[in-house]
Order: sequence, then C-alpha cells, then structure tokens
Amino acid sequence: MKIHEHQAKDLLRRFNVPVLKSKVVYTADEAGKSAFEDFVNMGCNTIVLKAQVHAGGRGKGSIHDITTDEIQFVGEKQVRGVNVISGNDVAHTIYEYAVRMLGNKIKTIQTGESGTIIGRLLLEEGVGIAKEFYAGIVLDRGTGKNTIMVSTEGGVEIEKVAEESPEKILKEAIDPKLGFQNYQARRLGIGLGLSGDAFKSFNTFITRLVRAYESLDCSLLEINPLVLTTNGTMIALDAKMNFDDNALYRHAEYEDLRDITEEAPLEVEASKFDLNYIKLDGNVGCMVNGAGLAMATMDMIQMSGGSPANFLDVGGGANVDRIANAFRIMLSDPNVKAVLINIFGGIVRCDKVAEGIVQALKKVSVNVPVIVRLDGTNAREGKLLLKNSGLAFKVAENFEQAAKLVTEVVAA
Amino acid sequence: MSVLIDKKTRVIVQGMTGGEGTYHTSQMLEYGTKIVGGVTPGKGGTTFSGKGEVHFKKPVKVYDTVRAAVEAAKPDATIIFVPPPAAADAILEAIDSKIKLIICITEGVPVKDMIKVYSALKDSDSRLIGPNCPGLITPGECKIGIMPGFIHAKGNVGVVSRSGTLTYEAVKQLTDLNIGQTTCIGIGGDSIIGTQFIDAIELFNEDRETHAILMIGEIGGSAEETAAEYVKKYVKKPVIGFIAGRTAPPGRRMGHAGAIISGGKGTAADKTKALEEAGITVVMSPADIGKAVQEALSNAPKRRRRRKPGTKGKIGRPKATSKADKDMAEMS
Repeated sequence: MKIHEHQAKDLLRRFNVPVLKSKVVYTADEAGKSAFEDFVNMGCNTIVLKAQVHAGGRGKGSIHDITTDEIQFVGEKQVRGVNVISGNDVAHTIYEYAVRMLGNKIKTIQTGESGTIIGRLLLEEGVGIAKEFYAGIVLDRGTGKNTIMVSTEGGVEIEKVAEESPEKILKEAIDPKLGFQNYQARRLGIGLGLSGDAFKSFNTFITRLVRAYESLDCSLLEINPLVLTTNGTMIALDAKMNFDDNALYRHAEYEDLRDITEEAPLEVEASKFDLNYIKLDGNVGCMVNGAGLAMATMDMIQMSGGSPANFLDVGGGANVDRIANAFRIMLSDPNVKAVLINIFGGIVRCDKVAEGIVQALKKVSVNVPVIVRLDGTNAREGKLLLKNSGLAFKVAENFEQAAKLVTEVVAA
Repeated sequence: MSVLIDKKTRVIVQGMTGGEGTYHTSQMLEYGTKIVGGVTPGKGGTTFSGKGEVHFKKPVKVYDTVRAAVEAAKPDATIIFVPPPAAADAILEAIDSKIKLIICITEGVPVKDMIKVYSALKDSDSRLIGPNCPGLITPGECKIGIMPGFIHAKGNVGVVSRSGTLTYEAVKQLTDLNIGQTTCIGIGGDSIIGTQFIDAIELFNEDRETHAILMIGEIGGSAEETAAEYVKKYVKKPVIGFIAGRTAPPGRRMGHAGAIISGGKGTAADKTKALEEAGITVVMSPADIGKAVQEALSNAPKRRRRRKPGTKGKIGRPKATSKADKDMAEMS
C-alpha cells in the first residue's frame, strides 16, 4: 500500500524523525490562506509547494490542463510538481500556482503520458540546504533482512546510482535478533563523510527512521533527499512510505490513509469484492484462478496477437457472485474486445465454475466473444454445462487451443 | 526415488480442525499420506475424523502442542493451515520442536514475521517450504499440500515452482504426455520463503531418479537468477524454465506478494536472459511447457549415470541455503 508524502511525514513525526513544518491543502483558496497564516505571518517567506501524488519524479514533472493538456505556467515560469516560491507576495503566488495545479494532471517519468490528477498540495517551509543525501530502508529478499541504504548522491534516482556507481551506496543489514545497532549508524555516518554535529544528527535520524520502519510494518521507506541544513541538522525533505499489504490487518488506521483517486476506478470497484484485478491497456480481458496462471495467461494473450486488458485472479472460491462481479468489472473496460476465461480446477471444481459463468452471464450482458478454457477437476462436466447453456461460448480444450481462439477472435 | 518426502514420511497437521485444515487433511489421507496427528491447542487428547461434509477415512489423534505431537507421533514433517496472524508462530513452534520439514500453506503472512522465522530457520536443522504455497507431492506416495493429486504421475521430472495453479497446468501437460514426476515442490509466492529455487534444484540434481528439472518462475526478486548461476556450474541434467509475467506492468504486485517489478529489477526479460545464459531451455508460451520437457528429455544423453552417493535427498539433509544466501546478498 502506498501513501502520500504528507501522510508519511505525519507518521514520521510520531517517531521524532525531523521533518519540516508543513500543511496539506485541497483547494487554491486554502493554499493562499495557509501560505499567509501558517507561513508568512510566522516569518517564513520561502514556501515549497508540492503536488501530493503517489508517483515519483515530481520535481521535473510538468503540469497539464485536464482537458486541453496545455502545459501550465505562472507568468514566464513553468509550473512543476515541486515549486520553490519566495518574493514579495508569496501567499498570492502560492494561490496562482495552486489554481494551476489542483485538478490538473501531473506527468512525471513514473506516471507516463496519461499522468495523474493532483487532488492535494503540501505547503512546506523553505530551508537552507548544505548538502543532499539519500536514505532508504527496504527488504533484501535474498538474505531475508531489512537493509538500510544511504548515499551521498541525494535528490537523484537511486536506481540510477545503483546502476552507474554502486560503490556510492552504503548498506547495513539489520540482524533480526539484535536489531539495528549504534555502530551501524556510526559506520553509515562516517561513510557519508559526516562529522561533528551533522554526524550526531545523522545517527539519531537514522536510528529513529529504522524504528519507524519496523513499527509501522513498512515495505519501503525512502528519504530522498535527506538534507543537511545550513544549521547543521539532518531533515527528511521528502518521504516515500509503502506498507506491507500482508500486515495491514495490524494497522486499522491505514484504511484512512488510502486515497482512492490514486487507484484506477475499476480496481477500486474490484477491491470491494476482494477480487484481485489490475487494469491494463490491452483488448483481451481475462479471468483466471491463481496469480501465476493469470500472469501466464496474459503472456499467452500477447503471444497470440492480442494484448491483455487486465490481470484478474478470481481465486479458489469462484462462486456465482464473484464471477458475475468479475465479469461486470472486466467488461466495463471499453477497450475489451474479447474475454478469455482460463480455469484450472484443482480444489475448485470446473462444473461449479461453469455453473457460475452461465448464471453470471444471465445477470450481465456480454457483447464480445467469450472463450472458455476449463481443465482439471470435473472439466468435462463443466464443458457440457457450457455447451448446453444456449449461450455462445467458444470452448477450448486446452491452453494451446485457447491461444489459437484468441488469435482468431483478435484478427476478426 | 524422490526428494524430501516418500511413502514412509510421517506427517502432522497444524490447524487440522479448522475449515481448510479439515478439508485438506481428508484429501491427503485419501491420497495415502501418513497423517500421524494434528495440533489444535485445547483439543489435545481427542481424535478427529472430519466435520460437516468432510469425513476422514480414519480418525486422527489431536495434540495440544507440536512438542506433544512430536513426542507421541514422531513426525518427519508438518503442514500448517493456520490464519496469517498465527502462522509465523506456528512455524516457530515447529522449528522449536525440531521437525525437519515444515510446509506452510498460509497466504498473507506479514513480512516482519517472516524475517523472524527466516532467521530462526538458519539456526536450525529444519527446512521450510512456503509460506503461500501449494506444498509438495511425490506422486503415488505422499502428498503434503493442497494440489489435486490426480493430475500427477510417477516419473522422472522434478518440478519446482513459485505458483499454484500454473504448476498444476504444467504438471498436467507433463502427465498428458506420459511424463511423470519425481517430486513437485511449490516453493511459494511470497518475498521471503524458506526453500528457494536453488535449494530445490540442488535436491533434484542429487536425486538419481530425477532426469530433468522444470522450474516455473515469475517476476520479482532474483531467486531465478541465483538458481541459474548454480545450474550453470553444477547441473548436467536438462533444466527447462518458464517465467510468468512478461506482460506485467512495473511497480504492481501481481497477486503474489513477491511478484512485483521494483526499481526496474526482477523483470521476466532479465530472468529469461539469466536462465538462457545458464543453458536452461526457456519456454515462451505456457501452452508449450509439457512439449519442451518432452523434447529436452528425448535430446538428453540416454542412461547417463549421475554419481553423487550419500546425498539421497531425504528429509534432514543439511540445508542448501548458505551458498544461496551469499550469492543473493551480493546481488542485492
């Protein structure tokens, strides 16, 4: 699960991880008002205005009109996902920027051409930066340990650093039995070339960051950049926090952090029925039991000349309601020109699934060809049920035939 | 012969009296698996023979703790069907009771819990398969898992996979072509799993009855790449691979917790390349897995002796994790 920067910073504050004073707003009026009351009036005349979207690369991102796609400017200056604003009339300028950002699209290296709509902004006090670093914590799947990574190459894509100069990334693995140790913090601080107050500030910072990561069941916590201010303290200038989906049951409060505007509407709908659905750009919808088989089916669709419109794992308990909902969601995607159902009956019986499909299709109107492939437990009975239903299915005997049928249907 | 389990393997079931546990215990008993006990705290001393529509073909004794079950029933293996919040604790209890082979079916175990389990495993002689896996089966002898038994056949192909139904698909393709299996191991779809590809492949490599190895991987992590390096160095038997998720978008979790391309790493293209460089035949279409294995078997030199005495792949063999760990630590 992903959350916004402002939410991550709120959580970090609980663990006394230093972050700057900031305020989240949802309208341009609020932005102007907050700029004046919370910042200018308090003597702060440099404000950083940041788009709150889950995607990264905001600093270089461009803002586009929601309908015309026109790139947004304030005067001569192009509006970005992150804007540093200072000068005489800060509050008014913030308002001007907010008007152009909220409700419009941001396109970054991570959002692609379609972009993401900006629904909220973060105002944050400006700060003097002496140096930028990177700090991140992530699971190392190979060793089964959480690993802290820091680098002097802050504010740039860490994947790029890892590729081009891996020696610039310092790592410390956390021993599950001992926990993170002070000497590890020191080793990282020395490695970054820190000394004096900055070194001390870093040690405290990283220790608290680890505590936050572990307590919050994070799957990723990235501070990029982590900055050394001109006052000599370490501060999290940005924060990216993801949670382990398997641990969400331990943190009921995370439900409130979910921003469904960041999710594809069909995925939101699917999640209401516990369906594992991911929207893609293709033309062949697919409904499969099991994640691995679902991925393999998507691959097969592409090899057959089509392209998958979605990932959809209906899971083991494929009953009528589930299948009906799955169909409805899959078919609400206007790009879908054909549907492939691929079920391998193991524990779940094919005749039960077939029954579900037939009944579901009585509830949902389908105007595209439906290819059904059933194999495994009671496959024959299942196929008979489909044939006798009077509905126009294309029934495939095996995976190979299903692939051929997809090719035929896509070509037609 | 087979790896890890055979007709003599004695099995207990943790969480036997729950819904899933009951159903699958009955199925394992039907298959002929030697179920020698179940563990449900508070129900020790009773016997259990199913509930609702599920009836065991013979009653099974219930114990309060794994330790009690170990003392009384001397199991070689345990299979765990407990809900996610209690799953890690159940695995730790099995490790503490020194059970050599632990299979955890549960999907949804928090990563933080598995980090603890993984660390405890390394200090023990236990091997964990899973979590979030279908278990393992030696056709005709022993099934410790939830896979449909009837699609399997006894034979000479070792199967190892991160997936459930995709494995059934591949196994059925093999069986339909009259190609049987020595043992099929579902290692699970999570980020942290007890037994990795490299461990399973090492077992199959040392098993004389296994003539070819089929590995079914998917996007996410680098376990396939690590295994490929091992195959390149040590495996002379034909290895056939399939990687699911070529069409998966980056940054999205494809059902399995571990199936995610993150930071451009763990793509199907990278894995395919690593496998091919190791001399592994990579099948592109999931419809062709069976045929590819058939071809590899017919091209392989006939009746070649594999000599590696002393390592019969039985339960309790030292774990093959240390090398894998080192390799992967370097990679990440």
